[in-house]
Order: sequence, then C-alpha cells, then structure tokens
Amino acid sequence: MSILTLEGLSKNFGSFAAVKDVSMAVQPDEVLCLLGPSGCGKTTTLRMIAGLESATRGSVAFGDQEVTGLPARQRDVAMAFQFYALYPDLTVAENLVYPLKAEKATADECAQRLNRISDILQLGTILHRHPHQLSEGEKQRVAVGRCVIRAPNAFLFDEPLSRLDAKLRDEMRGSIRKILATLDKPTVIVTHDQLEAMTMGDRIAVMREGKVEQIGRPQDVFDRPCNTFVAGFIGTPQMNLLEGQCKAVSETEVILELGGEALVLPGNRFAELTENGEKITLAFRPRAVSPGHAADVIFENAKVVLTENMGAETLVHAEWNDLPIRMLAQGNCRDVGTCLDLGVSVDALTLFNRVGLRLALKSDGGRH
Amino acid sequence: MSGSFRKHDQASKLRAACAWIVGGIYFAPVFWIILTAFKTRADALAIPPKLFFSPTLDNFHAVFFNVSSTGDVTGTGVWLYFANSAFIAITSVLLALVIGTLAAYAFSRYPLKGNDTYLFVILTTRMLPPIVVIIPIFLMFRVTGLSGSYLGIILLYTGFNLPFSIWMMKSFFDDLNPEVEDSARMDGSGDWTVLGRIALPQVLAGLAATAVFALILTWNEFIFALLLTGTETRTVPVAIASTIGGEIGVHWGKLSAMVSLFLIPVFIVTFALQNQLLRGVTFGTVRK
Repeated sequence: MSILTLEGLSKNFGSFAAVKDVSMAVQPDEVLCLLGPSGCGKTTTLRMIAGLESATRGSVAFGDQEVTGLPARQRDVAMAFQFYALYPDLTVAENLVYPLKAEKATADECAQRLNRISDILQLGTILHRHPHQLSEGEKQRVAVGRCVIRAPNAFLFDEPLSRLDAKLRDEMRGSIRKILATLDKPTVIVTHDQLEAMTMGDRIAVMREGKVEQIGRPQDVFDRPCNTFVAGFIGTPQMNLLEGQCKAVSETEVILELGGEALVLPGNRFAELTENGEKITLAFRPRAVSPGHAADVIFENAKVVLTENMGAETLVHAEWNDLPIRMLAQGNCRDVGTCLDLGVSVDALTLFNRVGLRLALKSDGGRH
Repeated sequence: MSGSFRKHDQASKLRAACAWIVGGIYFAPVFWIILTAFKTRADALAIPPKLFFSPTLDNFHAVFFNVSSTGDVTGTGVWLYFANSAFIAITSVLLALVIGTLAAYAFSRYPLKGNDTYLFVILTTRMLPPIVVIIPIFLMFRVTGLSGSYLGIILLYTGFNLPFSIWMMKSFFDDLNPEVEDSARMDGSGDWTVLGRIALPQVLAGLAATAVFALILTWNEFIFALLLTGTETRTVPVAIASTIGGEIGVHWGKLSAMVSLFLIPVFIVTFALQNQLLRGVTFGTVRK
C-alpha cells in the first residue's frame, strides 16, 4: 500500500508548457479526479504518471520508490485508455489476461482472476469474441476489466466514460464506482465531465492551462470554489458571475456597485476583504436564485430573455442592468419578455477579488 | 417497392458489365499469350489471327527439351532459371520485408529529427529509371566481385525493394492507434513484444500487399538481371529474352509457353493472398 506522490511535475512540448508544476498526493484508498477543459494538461499529467510521457521537471513516486526515470513497463501501473486500446487480434479473454503474463501469474491464477473479473463486469458471454465484434459498452467493460485484473501500484483511467451514450454512462458510472471502492490502490481518473468527477472522485483536482487550480473534496470545491474559473467550471447550470466594483468597505457593510446600482452586503461575513474601488465579482448558483422579495439581496426588474425547459426545472436567463443572471426555477414558467424581481440569500453569495480569487468567509473556519 | 429493387438490380448488372469489359481489356494481352502458347508455328503467325485452332503442347515441350536433328532429347536447363528466379525473388523480398518493416516501425514510432528528410532520401533511389544507375552499379559489382553471384543480385533487389517496403509499411503503422501499443507497454511488454504481438498482427494485410507488389516487381525485373547475373544465376526474364533471338526468327509459340509458365507463380501468390491484398490496398496506402 503506497501513496502516489507528484512533486513539481512539469512537461514542455517545445516552448509550450503543457503541465506546470503539479504537486499532489493520492492515498492508497483514494480516487482522485483530474478535471478540466480539453487541452488543460490533465491527460499529459496522467501519461507522465504512467511513464508514457517523460517529465520535463519534477518527480513521480509510489511510496518511497521514485519512478520518474522508469519506462512505462517497469512502473507497474494499470491504465484504461479513452479509446479502450483493446488488442484487436486477441480475444476478450486473451485481452484480459494479457497483463498477467508480465506478472508471471500461473495458469491457475490467471483463470481464477479472469473468472472473478468476468463475473464482476458480466463479460462471461463475450470472452471468446474479438474486440471488433463488441458494442461500445462491452469494449469499455473489457478495457476496465483489463485494468483492474492487475494488482499494480496505481490505477489510471483516461476519460473512461466519454465514448458511451448517456444511459450507459449512468450505469457504468455506478459500477465503476463500486469496483474502485474495492481496489485499495491510488486511483487517478481524467475527465472533462464534472458530473463524473463529482460522483466518482473522493477528491477532485481542477486543472486549467497546465496548472492545478484547486484540489479538494467535491462538495468543498462546489461550495467554495477558490477562483472565478473553478466557480464557472464546476456546477451546471453555470454559476452566475457578476462583475462590479467595491464602493465602500467597513466592519459592518460592504457596498458594491453592480450595473450602476448599489448593493449592500453584511460585512461581518467576510474573513478577508478587498480595497475600496477595486474590481470585484459577485457569484451565486442559479439554484440559489428565487423570484420574489423574500431574500437578502434583490435584483429588481430583471428581464427574462430566454428560457430552457429541462422538464422538472426551467433555466431562466434574465438580464438585470445588462448583467446576465441565470435562475433555476421549479416547473415550466416565465415567459420571455416579462420582468421579475430575483432574490438571493446572502449565504449563497461568494465574492471574488480583482484577480479572481475568492474572499474567505468567517464561516469557512480553517478550511479553504 | 419491387420496382425500386429492379432498378437497383439493373444498375448493378450494368456496373458488373462495365467491370467485365474493363477487366477483359486488361486481360486480353495475357489471354493472347496463353492462346499462342498452344498454337503451332503456322497458327501463331496466321493472318488474320486465329481464335479457333487445334491446340498443341509442343511449345511447352520445347521449353523443357531440345530435340536435335538426330532425334536426341536433352533438357534445356530452364528449370534452373525458374529456380533462380524463385530463390532470388523470395530471398530478396523476405529480406526487404524484414528490414523494411523494422525500419518503417522505427520511422513511425520513434521519429528522428528530420524524419521526413530521411524518408525522402530513401525514396530518391526510386525517382530515376534504374537504367540510369546501371553503369555505377555494374562497376561496383565488378570491383567487389559480386557480379554473377546470387548474393549480389539478392542484395541489389533487396535494396530496390526497401524504399518501397518502408514507405508502404510506415503508412500502415501510422494508421494504427498508438494507444494500443502504449497499453501493451503498461501491461509490461517490451518493445519487441509490442511489435510482434500487438502491432504486426494488425498490419498483416499491409504486409501481404507489400510482399505481393515487391514480389511482382522482382520477379519481372529484367535489366539488372541481364547485366548482373551469370549463366548459373540467370533468371527467367533473361531466359525469355534470349529465346527471342532464334536462328529462324522468333519462336513465338515457345516464347508464349515460357511466359505462360512464368505467370503461374505470380498468379498463385496473388490468388492466395487476394483477401489480404484487397484489404491492404483499400486500407489506404499512402494516406498522409
């Protein structure tokens, strides 16, 4: 049982820095999700852990053993690839036991482990088939199976569900989660799908342009995004981010100017505050917005410009003093063109300073 | 509904007819040769040419046996030429395939700085008609003593097949998903295992296509064989050519019989590999 440790891991392709100074530790029983938009360096980070890409700087270690200089085949890491990478000329069974050859497992043991995996992933009926005869979902299960049949230093998954249709993805997410819980090895999953990250990861690391922006438990990242990028990236529908200016700050009050109107927030909520006259961003989740006056902060006379009916809920796009505000309302409602007063509870508000960093609240305690 | 099906049927019949016509045009010369192989000297030279005649095997007999004026029958030694052709072609194609495949895999997976330049340079030997380099090569063979030996002509053909093999095999390797090989590496396989167990099985079709093309080129090669093989190492194309200059004009029947026999191995190899070959060709050779 060893911890996976990354220290200052960086990768340059020519003059382009794909990964910049990534450090993190993944515990043996932990699932870490690397989350970010495409091109943010998450797959490159994964490939450096795997040994498929050399690190320009920094190190990768399992427990006390540093493996930065070792090629992939000596690292003993199992990986499931985005496009499955099944061996086309081997049957499903041969694909599954392929990695066991390198482990020098006996024939008995191979058969035993093959049975166990094919039971868990329900591959029993397709063991004799070749990859080109499999459906997308079956291919994906084989890819996962070939990964978890091993007893390696760590498990890596590159966008494991990205090629499945929505229904299958929901099913597989659950079963992968169950399998991961039995592994007891550091596990890293790369995904661009925040729902996948939130549900499968014990912790998530949000990446942008090669850097880790925030690492934390999914709920913490969701509740307390450390900057405007994470705030905008995590959560659907996207968080409302209203840019304005800080007009006056005191112990008791924070007065903001948003779209030409003044907005007063209680100042004693904040553990840190910004200067007068600084640019500031006010953020809140669309789910925290409700129509009417029974709230701490009211955006009066917001005009509905677009509604998206999502069945149980409707996403209402409104405009308030030229600032866009999204509200998630119950049921199907709100005609385009009508005006509404939108209210948000003060507890749901987050402030970001001029460089986009979150202003800590007193209620955060020691956490961040 | 049945109407649209009938229309479809008619269209496919028309297409088939077109294909037969085009195929027929291509096959006509070969067919002509094969016919001539079974004709007597008089029939072969008849004007207008005869499509219907009484076939004879005399020409084939003449390929293998000389009958002197006294009635003595001696072998023509043509077997040696066929054996030479087969040995030289197979050896040089195999060599070119082995070296070419390894080189192509390296070019595809471990690109060097200036990879494309190397590939271009490799191809330059294919850019001029072989006859242009015949004098330097002839001299080189003289100096090294390779002239007239099996080793010499095999090395030469290997060299000529290599660029072609490298380019073709590289394009097949380029089309593979590199993730599959990455995966095998992570599963603990070394480079040779990855190539042998994972990459090569995926390009068997390409290997077959490359082999057939190289084999046909080598089997038919004439100029170098004429200049660089000796009497012991002579190949069939050279032997065929020497049949043309007979003392009583060209013996068309014997020539055609020899050509017909010469076609058989190519025909068999192509037929045996046709499925692989078709896949290889349609999988897009130089797609880049």
